[in-house]
Amino acid sequence: MRNTALAGVGIVAAAALALTGCAAGDQSSDEAEGPVTITYSNFISNGGNEENLQAIVDAFEEEHPDITVEVTTLPYADYGTALQTDLAAGTVSDVFDIEYANFAQYQANGALAELSPEDSGAYRASVLEAYQADGAQYALPSSFSTVVLFYNSDLFEAAGVETPTGDWTWAEELAAAEELTDEGAGIWGDHQPVSFYEYYKVLAQNGGEFLNADGTAVAFNTPEGVEAAEWLVEKSGTVMPSIEDGQGTPDFDTNLFLDGKLAMLHTGIWMFGAFADVPFGWDIAVEPGNAQQASALFSNAVGVSAGSEHQEAAARFAEFLTSSDVMVQTRLDAGWELPAISDEAALDSYLTLGDPANRQAVFDSLEQVALPPVVAQGQQEMQDIMTEELVEAQAGRKTVQEALDSAEERINAAIGG
Amino acid sequence: MTALIGEATGEVLRDGAGRPVRSQPPRGRTQRSRRVRYALTVAAFLLPSAVPLAMFTLGPMIGAAWISLTEWNLISPATWVGLDNYATLLTDPETGEVFLHTLYYIAGYLPMVYIGGLAIALALNTALRGRTLLRGIYFLPVVTSWIVVALVWRWLLNPANGVVNTVLAFFGIDGPGWWTDPAWAMPSIILASAWKDLGFVMVILLAGLQAIDPELLDAARVDGAGWWRRLFSVILPLLSPATFFVIVISLINGFQVFDQVYAMTGGGPGGATQVVVQQIYDLTFRYGQAGEASALSWMLFAVILAVTLIQIRGQRRWVNYG
Repeated sequence: MRNTALAGVGIVAAAALALTGCAAGDQSSDEAEGPVTITYSNFISNGGNEENLQAIVDAFEEEHPDITVEVTTLPYADYGTALQTDLAAGTVSDVFDIEYANFAQYQANGALAELSPEDSGAYRASVLEAYQADGAQYALPSSFSTVVLFYNSDLFEAAGVETPTGDWTWAEELAAAEELTDEGAGIWGDHQPVSFYEYYKVLAQNGGEFLNADGTAVAFNTPEGVEAAEWLVEKSGTVMPSIEDGQGTPDFDTNLFLDGKLAMLHTGIWMFGAFADVPFGWDIAVEPGNAQQASALFSNAVGVSAGSEHQEAAARFAEFLTSSDVMVQTRLDAGWELPAISDEAALDSYLTLGDPANRQAVFDSLEQVALPPVVAQGQQEMQDIMTEELVEAQAGRKTVQEALDSAEERINAAIGG
Repeated sequence: MTALIGEATGEVLRDGAGRPVRSQPPRGRTQRSRRVRYALTVAAFLLPSAVPLAMFTLGPMIGAAWISLTEWNLISPATWVGLDNYATLLTDPETGEVFLHTLYYIAGYLPMVYIGGLAIALALNTALRGRTLLRGIYFLPVVTSWIVVALVWRWLLNPANGVVNTVLAFFGIDGPGWWTDPAWAMPSIILASAWKDLGFVMVILLAGLQAIDPELLDAARVDGAGWWRRLFSVILPLLSPATFFVIVISLINGFQVFDQVYAMTGGGPGGATQVVVQQIYDLTFRYGQAGEASALSWMLFAVILAVTLIQIRGQRRWVNYG
């Protein structure tokens, strides 16, 4: 009876894995010259790009007949948990995906092996540098993507509203959203998630900073920060569906857009493929700013496990996966996230790939980007607290000021520790 | 169900193994070899459950005890911090909150599942037509995965277009925000949990009801006792062993409530349904504080152990083993 006290508790699994992990780490296989098998766990191909990833892997295996790559694909939502558990257990793959926001944490904890790519000039320098620490490279960027404003041009035409341009500000977006919202017909003008990832960006659009200069405390509880939070939460229930309508549940916003019932949508360029076959016209524009423009830049990378038995083969695969021509071509053909390469000419074909017509906006959005704030400890807590407090304000259970006060106090406690 | 069977066999075997070997000193050679053979037989029977128990329950428990004395983010090696994690938890107001949320859950869940289970057991203990089929139907949710049940309930209780609010709207009632409203999120979880576990409680109580000698009920009827009188003065006292079992098991499950919270609300909205085990999960896998999470696991274990011991002590006062 008392033994069941801990059953179902996640820690049991962690502990059990830790025990077996010690055993797994001990069985050192002496690396022969012969064929090796390396493992790669990823989330980047989940949800539609599995075959495209396999095409890149096949090309790598053809070029390196002595290396076999075993691919494991997990949904993004479960990936972080799985990776942590594997690291704890010592069963982590030789090569694994990380995202920019978590890079610092994994690097600081010694999970990543140092890499020296043969041709570092192949990478977009600014993105490559994001994965360096103390002058050394610890991961290679596999892609980058930005968040832009998607719009349904048929709805704009029907309502007689001018379509968004790269010069829009919040005021113009709101005015258009108000005109486009038609509750009787179930048409909503706008959708922007209420979350940490949107907030740090709209804060930058309003000229604010999320963290102070040395990253030890938050700096968003200012008039700019309040205004940014108001912009984020006050669309809900007026021009954007409310929580009661289902807002905030997975895929709610993209499904609404796919159904032709949403005029504007803030989401990432990774949705191009999913929207390719919709029966209405659509396009994109650089996200409107307020004091200035700022687009969210997301970047994924691959790292090699510091404990990998096959560092050499793993590093070779990591480089192939992030800089080979096969990868560039596969990604461009599929409309997958953009490769982080330096060769602009190779990306030219991207501009003429079809919908959306204004693909130039993707490159325009890169001119002013906002990178997510990163702290050495408590990153996930910081993100969770921010989202939770913003949703409290969205639901009307707190005023925006109360939510920011509370977020400031709680985040400072979580990251200051 | 498995818990019930596991408990019973565990107890019997433990008694059989412990008593003869320890209490009587060996006398002769033949007796000793007979004793050894007996011990080996017992060990052979114990092995299939003892080995997995040690590997998957006892081992991790000891492991968690060690982790609880360290600071460990799952990535870099753990560092020894002694009892710091326990001190942090005891001074953190959030610890009290998650235990309060758990108690709130138990306070709603336990009466609901017991009274509901008893009502169905009483109804199905009569000569009702199709009762075998009904027993099966009521037990179905018990064997259904929590994730499936949680998704169905999320859909039923969807504030915007769920079945429940649609029906309420038909009667002119403006249904609540269920799992999107902090005031209604825990009641939503309680409702779904009681619905799922009703069948389990029903089966236990039904078995208890069927063990009651019908002659006693006939005698009470002859003496002029009405239905309520028979329920309170004859049935419930004779049902007390089954009731005791149901309460002990439901309390333990109640303290460990997790699946439905994780799948229905994830602890939200605004932390309104953040229960102890959800907190343990978040600390470990979201926030990389496995040490603190392990300490919280052990605190939960201590609370459940204490509550269970109190119940076992207290049962003499009200449980009637006839």
